[in-house]
Amino acid sequence: MRLITSLIRRTVGRLSAGRRSRLAAPLVLLLGLLITGGMYAALSPASATKAADEDQVAKGRALFLVGCASCHGKNAEGITTVKGGQYGPPLVGVGAAAVDFQVGTGRMPLAQPGDQALRKAPVYDQDEIEALSAFVASLGPGPAIPEKSEYDYSKVSNEEMVRGGEFFRTNCTACHNFAGAGGALPRGRFAPSLNGVSAKHMYEAMLTGPQQMPVFSDQVLTPEDKLQIISYLKKNEATPAYGGFTLGSLGPVSEGLFAWLVGIGVLVGFAVWIAANPARSTRKKPTA
Amino acid sequence: MSRTESVARTNGTKASKAAKPNKVGAAAEWADDRLGLATLAKKNLRKVFPDHWSFMLGEIALWSFIVLLLTGVFLTLWFRPSMVEVVYDGSYSQLRGIKMSEAYASSLHLSFDVRGGLLMRQMHHWAAMVFIAAMMVHLLRVFFTGAFRKPRELNWVIGSLLLLLGTLEGFTGYSLPDDLLSGTGIRAADGFMKSMPVVGTYMSFFLFGGEFPGDSIIPRLYTIHVLLIPGILLALIGAHMLLLVYHKHTQWPGPGRTEQNVVGYPMLPVYMAKAGGFFFVVFGVLGLMGALLTINPVWRFGPYNPAEVTAGSQPDWYMGWPDGALRIMPNWETHLWNNWTLSWNVFLPIIVLPGLMFTIVMMLPFLEQWITGDKREHHLLERPRNAPSRTGLMVALMTFYAILWMAGGNDILAIKLKLSINQITYFNRAAVFIGPVIAFFITRRWCISLQRADNDKLLHGLESGVIMRDAQGGYTEKHIPLPVDKAYTLTARARDEVYVPDSEADENGVNAPGARLNKLRSRFSRLWYGDNIQKPTKAELEEGHHHAELEEAHDAPLEGHAADGHQFDGRHDIEDEHLSRQHD
Ligand code: HEC
Ligand code: HEC
Ligand code: HEM
Repeated sequence: MRLITSLIRRTVGRLSAGRRSRLAAPLVLLLGLLITGGMYAALSPASATKAADEDQVAKGRALFLVGCASCHGKNAEGITTVKGGQYGPPLVGVGAAAVDFQVGTGRMPLAQPGDQALRKAPVYDQDEIEALSAFVASLGPGPAIPEKSEYDYSKVSNEEMVRGGEFFRTNCTACHNFAGAGGALPRGRFAPSLNGVSAKHMYEAMLTGPQQMPVFSDQVLTPEDKLQIISYLKKNEATPAYGGFTLGSLGPVSEGLFAWLVGIGVLVGFAVWIAANPARSTRKKPTA
Repeated sequence: MSRTESVARTNGTKASKAAKPNKVGAAAEWADDRLGLATLAKKNLRKVFPDHWSFMLGEIALWSFIVLLLTGVFLTLWFRPSMVEVVYDGSYSQLRGIKMSEAYASSLHLSFDVRGGLLMRQMHHWAAMVFIAAMMVHLLRVFFTGAFRKPRELNWVIGSLLLLLGTLEGFTGYSLPDDLLSGTGIRAADGFMKSMPVVGTYMSFFLFGGEFPGDSIIPRLYTIHVLLIPGILLALIGAHMLLLVYHKHTQWPGPGRTEQNVVGYPMLPVYMAKAGGFFFVVFGVLGLMGALLTINPVWRFGPYNPAEVTAGSQPDWYMGWPDGALRIMPNWETHLWNNWTLSWNVFLPIIVLPGLMFTIVMMLPFLEQWITGDKREHHLLERPRNAPSRTGLMVALMTFYAILWMAGGNDILAIKLKLSINQITYFNRAAVFIGPVIAFFITRRWCISLQRADNDKLLHGLESGVIMRDAQGGYTEKHIPLPVDKAYTLTARARDEVYVPDSEADENGVNAPGARLNKLRSRFSRLWYGDNIQKPTKAELEEGHHHAELEEAHDAPLEGHAADGHQFDGRHDIEDEHLSRQHD
């Protein structure tokens, strides 16, 4: 950055030497624009630079017309029902990340309209998902599929992972529960369990905010914050359950259930057993 | 073998000589000479306890309390009741380097760096859950069998107090580790207190030593948890047991068991062996639970932070029902003048309701006594079916409790049963009123039908399932007479007496004092007892027996010509009987 500014300053300095030139002002402007544009091209998210492979977009469009257009419309413009509801929302501008998440976790294509699109085995393979993503990305700018380096948590330090835990408890536990075991939302909706979700999908979920989940844009949680959250969740997955069976990590309700069923159940069973066995004497019956 | 016989036999032929005095024996004798405990003990150790599994429910509570004391003392050795901020640097890497209260840090230390600490924490918590659950099933047993009646009303009151204190003790304990759930609970309690009109805010400031959370709540709760409430609990448990010994145990009616005696095993050695054995069973089960089942994994919640909350924030199960009431309560508030808010939505379900329910439970014996006018002493238990209204009342209360419980776990129910949390709430709002009423009437009817079935057994005997065909082609079912001791047990109950006020007015037409109340009382009494089925009268029983004789006479000619299979009608010895046509 410093390099660039000094470059600008030097160029401007040289230009101002020929101050009289009527070309000076437009030239400065042009240069400025060029530099900004170049910088944007160099530093902006991958989606904008990655020249959309025409073949992939075409392949994606073909897949989309077969599998998705019935709900989302032929040009992903969305289809409105008679009542004003939506078969499928418009996908212009949702970005490749949303498609990769929705199709990669099997949520799309939606099997049947319901309260919530559920996770299921993905219908498309990785190539097809990329093609679909490329097609949707070509419709309008949106968050791109994160690079592997963005969600690779293997190099996150312990301190950063701990920080990720703080972010997780502040931003996520209200819906997903303290252990990421999931929780209920109003009207039959729910935040799903986060255990076993791939790091990439975690990243995309935060980036695109599927359905009831808020979008955690890079202004809210920076890419580093996101990575730290992922590393905290992954660390928990790799940590053994120190206390024994976790009972679903659902909190006191499942504990209460076990106290009654196992605790009271077994102990009352023993009480019945003890009372049913009359006191026995070891002495033999007299033979006489 | 009679007692003397056994002594004679074991004495053998040689003269007995005093056993060599061993040291323990000598010490015991030394102590006894001074304290005279032996005579005192002999009397009490020969106390008799009847045997029925339901009489051991209270013991589950007692033994888990002992486990609580033992594990609790262990915990106090490491737990630091302090809200001073420290930086965690223990073994649990997910929290290392985080600022937290010393209380939370020491709970983590207990869990990860003290040998056996996590086991003790988990045993302590499981024991707390089982302790209160056992008190509750014990309470149900006492109520359903009528063991709370005179002279045991006071012990019922003590029992209810134990339940209340146990709940408070559990809540204070749950708050100690100062994790996210603890803190959320304390925060909620602060809100509950503040919902009380006028005094609420003052009480909250008094308890927290200023504005929530302050830095004194954990030390204060700690004192309450390890000193104040356990002390009162111990005293009340002592009083409870003393009264138990003083009143002697109740027993089920049966041959040889009367209102004047207690039939069972002597305290020593039989009962002691059983009870002592049971202690180890309780200890063992709680130990296994502590070792195998996670409870309150404080390390996963993180330290308390008012800005955080987690899905699945619930109290322990015994506080679940007021929480449920809170969850289904409509959002009612009144704004008085400008700056006065009455939060009915919190005050009613959390402050008024539990207080009311507790009072009702504590007053149940007196309520029943007033309705029935029964002032006699009762040492024989009643089967639940023989008190249909009482049984129905408790089932109604249980239904009320269960529905609020459901409401308290509404989010977990929603995700586990794939229901909408809103629908669960709407359902529970209605069910909490309708459910208990339906439960009452179904239970009452059910009991009355069971009473009818008992009377049928007494009057006609047991159905044998053998159908006889007589010469005219008529069919009858053979009945087997009820064994005498069974019949005795079934009839060993008093007739219900509906309370009738003496007279409403004297001859001058002046209402007797309290006449109106008495009238109300007699109406309740009629409702309470009115539809019960009374045991058959002597005349009815004789009539029944006569009928059985007729039946026998009617069957007699068929004797010997009986169709194949009639030999198994229950009136014959069937040692060598076979069906004449063997199936192969
Ligand atoms: C049965 C109808 C249906 C089909 C088929 C379908 N979708 Fe969807 N899709 C929906 C609905 C409805 C939503 C909105 C879900 C919500 O927010 O509750 C949605 C949401 C999405 C979103 C998220 C939009 C956002 O705002 O983040 C993406 C991306 C998406 N669909 C992609 C696809 C793709 C790609 C396919 C084809 C493989 C597909 N869908 C097939 C109905 C459908
Ligand atoms: C308002 C509640 C809410 C909050 C807060 C929230 N989520 Fe979600 N989250 C949801 C819901 C609802 C879904 C399910 C969306 C769907 O099915 O498409 C979800 C889905 C997810 C998924 C996908 C799980 C799967 O099964 O594929 C991940 C990963 C995720 N969330 C992570 C997070 C993280 C990390 C945070 C905190 C930064 C967070 N969520 C905050 C509600 C929430
Ligand atoms: C008099 C004996 C008792 C002592 C000395 C004692 C002591 C303690 C201590 C020090 C803690 C904090 C432990 C931790 O870090 O988790 C604790 C927690 C707790 N106590 Fe007790 N306690 C006693 C009796 C009881 C009783 C009678 C109950 C139940 C009714 C109870 C219920 C609890 C609960 C629920 C916790 C929370 C435990 C956890 O979060 O893991 N305690 N107790």
